[in-house]
Order: sequence, then C-alpha cells, then structure tokens
Amino acid sequence: MLTAIHRLIKYGIQTFWRQRLLSIATMVVILLALLVFEGLIISGVIANTAINSIQDKIDISIYFKTATSEDEMLRIKSNLEQMTEVKSVEYVSRDEALESFRERHKGDVTISQAVEELEENPLSASLNIKAGDPSKYSIIANYLNNNVSGDLVEKITYNENQVVIDRLASIIKVSRQVGLLAALFLTIVAILVAFNTILLGIYSNRDEISIMRLVGASNIYVRGPFVVMGVIYGLITAVISIALVTPVVWFAAPYVKLFIPAMDLREYFTSHFFLLVLYQLLFGIGIGVISSFIAIRRYLKV
Amino acid sequence: MINFQNVSKIYYNSSNHSALVDVNFKINPREFVSIVGRSGAGKSTLIKLLIGEEKPSKGRVIFGHYDISEMKPKQLPEMRRHIGVVFQDFKLLPTKTAYENVAFALEVAGRPQREIDDLVEEVLDLVDLADKAENFIHELSGGEKQRVAIARAMVNRPDVIVADEPTGNLDPFNSLGIITLLQQINQLGTTVLLATHNKEIVNQLGRRVILLENGRVMRDVAKGKYSLA
Repeated sequence: MLTAIHRLIKYGIQTFWRQRLLSIATMVVILLALLVFEGLIISGVIANTAINSIQDKIDISIYFKTATSEDEMLRIKSNLEQMTEVKSVEYVSRDEALESFRERHKGDVTISQAVEELEENPLSASLNIKAGDPSKYSIIANYLNNNVSGDLVEKITYNENQVVIDRLASIIKVSRQVGLLAALFLTIVAILVAFNTILLGIYSNRDEISIMRLVGASNIYVRGPFVVMGVIYGLITAVISIALVTPVVWFAAPYVKLFIPAMDLREYFTSHFFLLVLYQLLFGIGIGVISSFIAIRRYLKV
Repeated sequence: MINFQNVSKIYYNSSNHSALVDVNFKINPREFVSIVGRSGAGKSTLIKLLIGEEKPSKGRVIFGHYDISEMKPKQLPEMRRHIGVVFQDFKLLPTKTAYENVAFALEVAGRPQREIDDLVEEVLDLVDLADKAENFIHELSGGEKQRVAIARAMVNRPDVIVADEPTGNLDPFNSLGIITLLQQINQLGTTVLLATHNKEIVNQLGRRVILLENGRVMRDVAKGKYSLA
C-alpha cells in the first residue's frame, strides 16, 4: 500500500512536470477561478459591512411627554425588549438628553445661553429602538401605536420617516439577495470553467489511460496520478492566488475605508488569513481532485 | 491454455457487422501460433476478446483459469498481468522513458523496487536497448519502440505473449528482428500468439497457422504456410 502511494505520487509529480505546458494552462484557469472565488469572499465581506453600517443608522425613537413618569417609560422599554423583532432598546432620560444637547452645541453661545435661561429642562425622555431586521420596524411602530397610550407620547419618529425606512429596508434586502445570487452564479461559472479545463487535460491523456489499463494497471494506478496532479494544481494555485491578493488588499484597504468607515480590510485580511488560505486550498484541491476523478471515469472502461 | 469456444462477435451498429463467427480453437502451453488473414478478417477482434478489451456476443473465451467472457472491468488488470501484449502502434506511454515504460508493468503489479530494477535491466538487455533506457519514446526509432513494447510485455514473465501485427509499422529488417525476438521468448517457454498478414514471416516460421476469413476459421494447420484459401 505504502509502495503504491509512493509510486502514485511519483507518477503524479512526473507527469505534472513532463506535461508542463498542459499543467501551466490548467493552473492558469484554476488560478482565475480561485481569484474570482476569493474576490467574492472579500467583496461579500465589504458589502456586508456596508449594508450593516447603513442598517445600523436606522432606528425609531419614541419621545415621551414631560409628564410621563420614568417607571412608565421603563415598563414600555422592558415590554419592547420582550419582542423578537427588537434588537436593542436604549433609554435616554431627560437629563441625559439635555446633557448631550449641551455637548452638541458647546461652541454656540446663543443656544447655550438660551438653555441656561430656561428654568425647566425642555427636552423629552426617549427610547431608541433598533430592529434586527429593518423590514420589521413597521411591526414595532404598530405595536407602539396600539399599545402605548397617546397621552404619554409626544411623537414616534417612524410615523414621520416611514417611507424612507421602508425603502431603505427593501433596498438592503434586495442588495443582499442580488449579492448572494451573483456570488452563486460566479462560483458556478468558475467551477465549471476549471472543471472543463481539467476535463480537456485528461481527454488529451485518454490514450495513455487505456494503455495503462491494457498493461494491467488497476483503476487506482490510472486515477491516482491524475488525482495527485489535481492536488498539486490546487496547492500551487492557492499559494499564487494568496500572493496576488495580499498586496491588492493592502493597497486598496485605505480607499475602502474612505467609503465604508466600518470596514478595516487589512484587519479583516490578517485576522482571517489562515481561513482564507484554507478556503483557497479546499477550493483549488477540491476542483482539481473531483474533476480528475469524474473526468477519468469514462476512460476506465477498457 | 487458451480456449475459444463457439465465439462470435457482432458489432451492433447500423450494419450489425459480424467480426467473428463460431470460432473454435485451443492453444497449448509453449506453442507458437500465427493467426493470419486479410485486414478485416477478425484478427484484431480475436485479440481484443482475449485481453478483455471487448466481450464476445456469444461463446466463451478461456485463458488458464480465467473465463474472460465473464470478467468484470475490475477483475481484468490482474488477468492482464499474465498476458503480455504487443501492438502494431506500440502503445507506449509518451511521458515515460523506455525504462519507465517497462517498469510500469511491474510497478502496477506491486512488485518491490529492487526486483523491478533487476528485471527491467535484464529484459532491456535482452531486447538490446540497455543504452536507450533513459530515452523518451519519441527519441526512439520504430524498431526500438517495438522492442521496448516487447520488453514490457515479457517483463512480468507472462504465460502468453500476444502480438497484434507487431511488424505492421516496421521495415523488413526490423520486422525480422522482432520475430526473432518472439521466437527466442517462445523458446524460453512462453506461449506466443502472433496476428499478422506478413506472408514471409509466417512461411519462415513454419509453425502452427490459423487462417481467419470473414470472421471464420478457415484452416488450422500444425506446420502451416501462409496462403489464403
């Protein structure tokens, strides 16, 4: 068994080297497929971060009348937190609201003075509500409209921004779906192209395959070298692809950050480096091995 | 040793061509048998049936204790290691050297490396190609290629060597060399089955001749000459 494995690896490396032109041609195509695959992963992460940061900016606030007691407001808060649609609820008391108002207008003397002259805090307490899924804000708003007495509430922002929020929610949803479909489509294209290239490579070896059979080689001996070659293709192309993508990511990261402040591409790339390498290896070797395996089947009947 | 029992082979296509019809013959160990006939008489089909490349439409093909007509593709490799085959078009592996081509037959049989080295050297010596061992196939002449093929066929010490028009692509001088080699192998105790349409060779051999015509055995003579009925 050990001798057999040793011989198969030897044949694989030998054939890989002696048919270098074919090997290089095949690897170029696999490399392109890998670059598409890696590009999809990275652009997927970027798009996701972009969408998330937009999604994070959407919230609805409920402003209470100044007469509403804090207990009442906290009760509503905890009721909201029971809802599955709600991701988080933040309570901003009147004092906190005033504090942040002062903070925001620190440089503006007129406003600061105006606030000082008032004897009472004019600002309302509020609850900031974020939903896990932006399309669920209407449900939350409905709940608020139906279950919180109008006597307590000054205003609910959703009622004012409903159109914008709903439109954003549907844009987010569609972008995710389109992104997923595009990724799926491109992955399938990449796999098919790589598969066909390996298929042609093996087709050009069909005479040798039948000779091996006629000389008394069992299927393992015929298939093995091609599978070994598939592994070599995968290994080499994965390394090259990572080597090509790394500088691109390094160079592009600051520009990406300009558009999407939440996206630190370098940080993502370094922290996920080994995972990315692993994906590449799995993808490359997977394509190499599986397509060799399938492609040889039909020539083993001799 | 080899036994064809009522073997027929029909290629099912638009014309349903019958390549072999009710073929019966036995070949004993150490025999040297020539199968002769025109192109299309069924010689190659007969050999394909013997090495399991094709299955008979009717009848049985027996080789030693193998019933080849009943064998599955998975069982064929083991049987083929007992038959050495030499083809008209050599069927050598182009990405391997002469040495590696011969060694391949032993490697796939799982022989240990040291044994392989000894055996390959020995047969390459026998076919007078020791100095071309490291040459790739495209660097060899036609006669040399065929001698590599014979070396590969005999390196396993098979019970029988089957040669399908081995001289078809060679000049008279090289043809003679190949036939002499097959005779030597036969003298060492290996059964040889030679399919050919080369008249001189058959006449010179003076051994058993089976004449095929239109897929039928027309004559089977112990010390035959090549003549079409």
